[in-house]
Amino acid sequence: MANRLEIQDLWVSHEGKTILKGVNLALPLGEVHALMGPNGAGKSTLGKVIAGDPNYRVEKGRILLDGEDITELAPDERARKGLFLAFQYPVEVPGVQVANFLRLALRERLGEEPRIAEFYARLKEAIELLDWDESVLSRYLNEGFSGGEKKKNEILQLLVLRPRYAILDETDSGLDIDALKVVARGVNSMRGPEFSALVITHYQRLLNYIVPDVVHVMMDGRVVKTGGPELALELERRGYDWLKEEVAGA
Amino acid sequence: MPEDLKHIADDYRWGFRDEIEPELALKGLTPETVKKISEAKGEPAWMTEFRLKALETFFKLPMPKWGPDLSELEKKFDEFYYYVKPPSRGPVESWDEVPEEIKKTYERLGIPEAEQKVLAGVGAQYDSEVVYHKVKEELERLGVVFVSIEEGLKEHEELFKRYFAKIVPPTDNKFAALNSAVWSGGSFVYVPPGVEVEVPLQAYFRVNTAGFGQFERTLIIVDEGAKVHYIEGCTAPLYTTEALHTGVIEIYVHKNAHSRYTTIQNWPTNMYNLVTQRAVVEEGGYHMWLDGNLGSKVTMKYPSSILKGRGARSEVLSIAFAKTGQHLDTGAKLIHQAPDTSGRIVSKSISKGEGRASYRGLVKVSPRADRAKANVECDALLIDPESKTDTYPYMEIENETAQIGHEATVSRLADDQIFYLQTRGLPEDEAAALIVRGFLEPVTKELPLEFAVELNRLIELEMEGSVG
Ligand SMILES: Nc1ncnc2c1ncn2[C@@H]1O[C@H](COP(=O)(O)OP(=O)(O)OP(=O)(O)O)[C@@H](O)[C@H]1O
Ligand SMILES: [Mg+2]
Repeated sequence: MANRLEIQDLWVSHEGKTILKGVNLALPLGEVHALMGPNGAGKSTLGKVIAGDPNYRVEKGRILLDGEDITELAPDERARKGLFLAFQYPVEVPGVQVANFLRLALRERLGEEPRIAEFYARLKEAIELLDWDESVLSRYLNEGFSGGEKKKNEILQLLVLRPRYAILDETDSGLDIDALKVVARGVNSMRGPEFSALVITHYQRLLNYIVPDVVHVMMDGRVVKTGGPELALELERRGYDWLKEEVAGA
Repeated sequence: MPEDLKHIADDYRWGFRDEIEPELALKGLTPETVKKISEAKGEPAWMTEFRLKALETFFKLPMPKWGPDLSELEKKFDEFYYYVKPPSRGPVESWDEVPEEIKKTYERLGIPEAEQKVLAGVGAQYDSEVVYHKVKEELERLGVVFVSIEEGLKEHEELFKRYFAKIVPPTDNKFAALNSAVWSGGSFVYVPPGVEVEVPLQAYFRVNTAGFGQFERTLIIVDEGAKVHYIEGCTAPLYTTEALHTGVIEIYVHKNAHSRYTTIQNWPTNMYNLVTQRAVVEEGGYHMWLDGNLGSKVTMKYPSSILKGRGARSEVLSIAFAKTGQHLDTGAKLIHQAPDTSGRIVSKSISKGEGRASYRGLVKVSPRADRAKANVECDALLIDPESKTDTYPYMEIENETAQIGHEATVSRLADDQIFYLQTRGLPEDEAAALIVRGFLEPVTKELPLEFAVELNRLIELEMEGSVG
């Protein structure tokens, strides 16, 4: 089926330990889904495996991007097809200036050298949207960034690269309330028929600003429940125990 | 082409030779060779004497007992050519006079003619003889001397004699002695008091005969309050015979003068590269060594600054890139001889495959050097599990008021960095090259733009096929 990111019965292990145990999830283009679940449920692992992290082994199942099986593709090939992962823990790359890095990444995204004017227009727009200062562009990638700045920098990259499918892994954690609003504004500006996001979060707070179309809950390596925005509110109110019981009872 | 040879050729993209037959070629290390070199250059008697004495010193001095293995080299000193004179009339004034063959060589080296016109003066050394050397009129008007070392001796003998071999005497080390005996080619620069040379002085040179050792000799004098930036770029073609490069660079930075010496060297992987570079910095003066070393079989190179006058400063920034079969032993020396002197060493090394990069540095503070400050930062990046690095930081501090900092790091090319960059669309190779370039950035940001671009291209080539 075209125009969606689809995970089919995905089983993943790391050094012999099975982490994902048959994940099924569909993210149609144009929608924003939230992915919630207790610590250690496998949310970040799912995000990284979708992005192609070679540290994990796919034992079974498929990842389909617009109908194409990308399970075996290298991370950069997936990125060039329009996939993006905002890391829970963004990586520092000393000596590589943010602007220079963005230019190289955009070149890969577009498949050609970006026109200078186009590149700067994207930078300027993104910086303004994030209420940020241009000086960040000459800093080294994530080096010496505060936790919140690192998260903002992930969204800066999202805005400049304009992927079709983005996975945001706890982009809200560690953000103060103003930064949270700014990040939400960034993501919301991308919303539209050509953009999807899978927003991994623990908190309803973010979902007040980025209102999801669908909420999934992961537990012990599986998606155990899928519902509307009200599911996130219910989790906020009641925690996960009732759901655990429901899953165990089923 | 057999696979291994092809690999070598890929490694070394300027690995070609051209068709010019030398006019005179002297093989073997004997007093006769030395006399003939001196004669061919029409030198004064004192220089012939100097050379012959240096040769004696060379035979007397032992091989270095530390650092990389030089035992193979020791066996074959007699197999090298010590002088090669190309069939040309020597220095020429205009580009039109440069023989067509030689121009072609430059074209293949990618030295654009336009660039030469922009540059203050382009001295291009073709084998031992400078065949093309042009000093822009502006420099002449300012009284700046920028000529081949041979012309320097001929036309400015008094000045030359006052400084030559004073900073690096033949007795300094075995290879300085060898260079002193058979030196040929290099630059002579004099900047008069108060003159600031805004454009960098650039010299290109290359080695062009099988088994030929190049013994370049450069002498730079920056008089009081003057300012200059000298750039040496070096590319050499590839041969199967092991080649030898033994240079001596001497720089005298007078009171309140400001000087920089920048060099990026990319040697074929069969080359022994043993260079002595030393600067003396007088009161209030400043000198920067910026030194990039790629290629070679063995490199031993420790640019040194002697901070002789009060408040003298120096920075030594260096890069070394060692691949399988290569041992680069590089570093720096800061010798603080006066109060309030300060120095900084930044050394960045990369080892790939089974390559080995060693940092060897000395900070010496004499009893007179009150409040001397020195900071040493050496960082090693290992690309592969079998890559090697080691650090030999020597400190001789004889003054209690000195402030010395030393920081050394060893890191590995990190999988998480590569994955992060890949998720942004960069292929694995490019991600690795970008990380390496970032690692070198504290040094490369000091390079003139075209050099930084060139270095980054070389790094990319070196990194190709490195991961995955
Ligand atoms: N690289 C790894 N090495 C070892 N264990 C791992 C690795 N990646 C994941 N795991 C394990 O897999 C399980 C799922 O981890 P994951 O990070 O995906 O959880 P999560 O749902 O993102 O949790 P959190 O909400 O705390 O971020 C955990 O038990 C974790 O320890
Ligand atoms: Mg997580």
